[in-house]
Amino acid sequence: MTTAPAQAEEASFEATLARHDRIEPRDWMPERYRATLVRQIAQHAHSEIIGMQPEGAWITRAPSLRRKAILLAKVQDEAGHGLYLYSACETLGVSRQELTEKLIEGKQKYSSIFNYPTLSYADVGTIGWLVDGAAICNQVPLCRTSYGPYGRAMIRVCKEESFHQRQGFELLATMMRGTDAQRAMVQESVDRFWWPALMMFGPPDADSSHTAQSMAWGIKRDTNDELRQKFVDMTVPQARALGVTLPDPDLVWNDEKGGHDFTQPDWAEFRDVVSGSGPCNAQRVAHRRRAHEDGAWVREAASAFARRQQQEPQQQEAVS
Amino acid sequence: MSGAPQGEWPLYEVFVRGKRGLNHVHVGSLHAADDRMAVHNARDVYTRRNEGVSIWVVRADAITASSPDEKDPLFAPAGDKVYRHPTFYDIPDDVPHM
Amino acid sequence: MTDHTSAYDGLLGDDSAQWAFGQDFEDPLAGVDTTLAAGVDGAALAAYCLMLGDDALVHSHRLSQWASNAPDLEEDIALANIALDLLGQARLLLARAAAADPSVVPALPAGSPVPPEDALAFFRDDADFRNVRLVEGENGDFAVTTARLLLFSTHRLALLERLRDSVDPVLAAIAAKGVKEVAYHRDHAARWCVTLARGTEESRRRMRAGLDVVWPLHHELFRTHPVEATAAEQGFGVDPAGLAADVDVLLEQVLSVGGLDRPTVPPTGPLGRGAGRDGRHTEALGRMLAEMQVVARAHPTGRW
Repeated sequence: MTTAPAQAEEASFEATLARHDRIEPRDWMPERYRATLVRQIAQHAHSEIIGMQPEGAWITRAPSLRRKAILLAKVQDEAGHGLYLYSACETLGVSRQELTEKLIEGKQKYSSIFNYPTLSYADVGTIGWLVDGAAICNQVPLCRTSYGPYGRAMIRVCKEESFHQRQGFELLATMMRGTDAQRAMVQESVDRFWWPALMMFGPPDADSSHTAQSMAWGIKRDTNDELRQKFVDMTVPQARALGVTLPDPDLVWNDEKGGHDFTQPDWAEFRDVVSGSGPCNAQRVAHRRRAHEDGAWVREAASAFARRQQQEPQQQEAVS
Repeated sequence: MSGAPQGEWPLYEVFVRGKRGLNHVHVGSLHAADDRMAVHNARDVYTRRNEGVSIWVVRADAITASSPDEKDPLFAPAGDKVYRHPTFYDIPDDVPHM
Repeated sequence: MTDHTSAYDGLLGDDSAQWAFGQDFEDPLAGVDTTLAAGVDGAALAAYCLMLGDDALVHSHRLSQWASNAPDLEEDIALANIALDLLGQARLLLARAAAADPSVVPALPAGSPVPPEDALAFFRDDADFRNVRLVEGENGDFAVTTARLLLFSTHRLALLERLRDSVDPVLAAIAAKGVKEVAYHRDHAARWCVTLARGTEESRRRMRAGLDVVWPLHHELFRTHPVEATAAEQGFGVDPAGLAADVDVLLEQVLSVGGLDRPTVPPTGPLGRGAGRDGRHTEALGRMLAEMQVVARAHPTGRW
């Protein structure tokens, strides 16, 4: 049932999009636009939070004080990114707690890349270089996304993300100037992460159920395949500069299309990982659940304390 | 009424003045149990404790906002919330790619 | 970027004033005059810097283990900030130790590019660490962490405030920078201590239990070690016994606002005639170092 006011609101919404202007929280928006945004921003926020784990696992083993500081700061940034994005999602009327519960109940997803393990310190560098590099390709266009709070969060995220990619590349470059064992460690890590990194852009456009509508709404600005191509073209010269080999013998420059030809990742593996059968799915969610549940008494205590302060603001004496 | 589920710390909006002579500008949000914790958290999250910056925090549910377009009679005043839809949405369980 | 805790600044080579000695990651004391002041014995200064540096390093390590494990995202970020501050202090203090007496630095294979402060952090065995036992235990729950941070930061702030007058200009500058950081740590811990003590029944029980866990190791912070006595005599360090009264007043304030009784658990005794400052540690430190040092030790000539 469409009433006249509803039609006017919808027209105004469409006009805003057509002007490439931003939709703001108090504007009218179609339910499906809102639901799509919630789904995408929540997945993005969850990815930041789950993404703290594979790298965070190496904070206690970082091999120099400098690397320890950089890694800790990076994992801290990811907590911050998750926080910004959850906040953007909250402008759509969904609470962070609700989203966290959906995550630990397996009702919302996160980037499948974080269901792969980190097996050596080189993985810290490779995640920065390839995974954050892929994330940047995905995220920079999102700074222009149609929903204001999401775009503003992304601007902040992207600024910090470029540091992350830089530190990853710099770690790998330094290791490549080190010992043979270190060089072998870097190559092994790149071999493992290349294919999952390509998967980060999502399935080929032909199989992507959300792309068309998301692009029409200006939530997404580029297709999965366009972004994947851009990433490969950006990465090849960087790999050459590092002195590592990307594990795809069919990766070659194609003059005609002005980009590289490359082998698609194993999409059957991607579907398995997304549907829960990746190497670390259970571990990642269990970790998040444990941290959330272990923290419950602290969050409750702070709420109780705040209520008490409000009720008896002057009272300073003991309460027992 | 904060709209937050029971037990969740309320949402705060954070405003930072980067240096003297400038206005405070909205930089984002965070959760805190009370005002003092909100200032403290804001310092950690949004300024990394950079000295000399001034921070304002205000509970999101304490902000009164204009409706998107007050001139248009079709838009009844949307109330006093920063966000117009403080309801919760069920998110479909089938959520492929990212 | 002007974040004073941003560990990335060094990647950009920006000039930044917020670090005590710039932020050149290749040499934390680059450009700093490390000449010893008159009357200062290099070996004693190095031994003293190891004590303060190891306290910071080990406590930082424990706090960093909260990353992705804290009660909420805001607290995850706050604890990481504190850990980063202490890690920065550790780096400068270990570098100062190495510059004051190069013989404290473990020998590495010829041609190893590992800088001296990293050699000290990653290539010493537990018996060579000089931190107090207070900072090395497992984290326990958030109340234990809060209690430990409260005791440690209250002590360290009192110490750094006095150390600003050290006759060693490097130590004095490290202290001046650290005072601002640690004042914040103490405030953070005190607020949480009161919040938990006056929150729910459970949080109150846990806060008491947390204090009981760390309180027995508190006393070690104020026991004057011969190295500290020398440091105080030569004017580059502080006799910790002189801090006890001030620290006690502050702790009493926090306990009283929280409505908490002072723990009555007896102090943990020394091992033989030594404690942390003598390299006599708890079992937890060896396990912690096994993890912390594993990658560095597997690649003694590696570049990171």
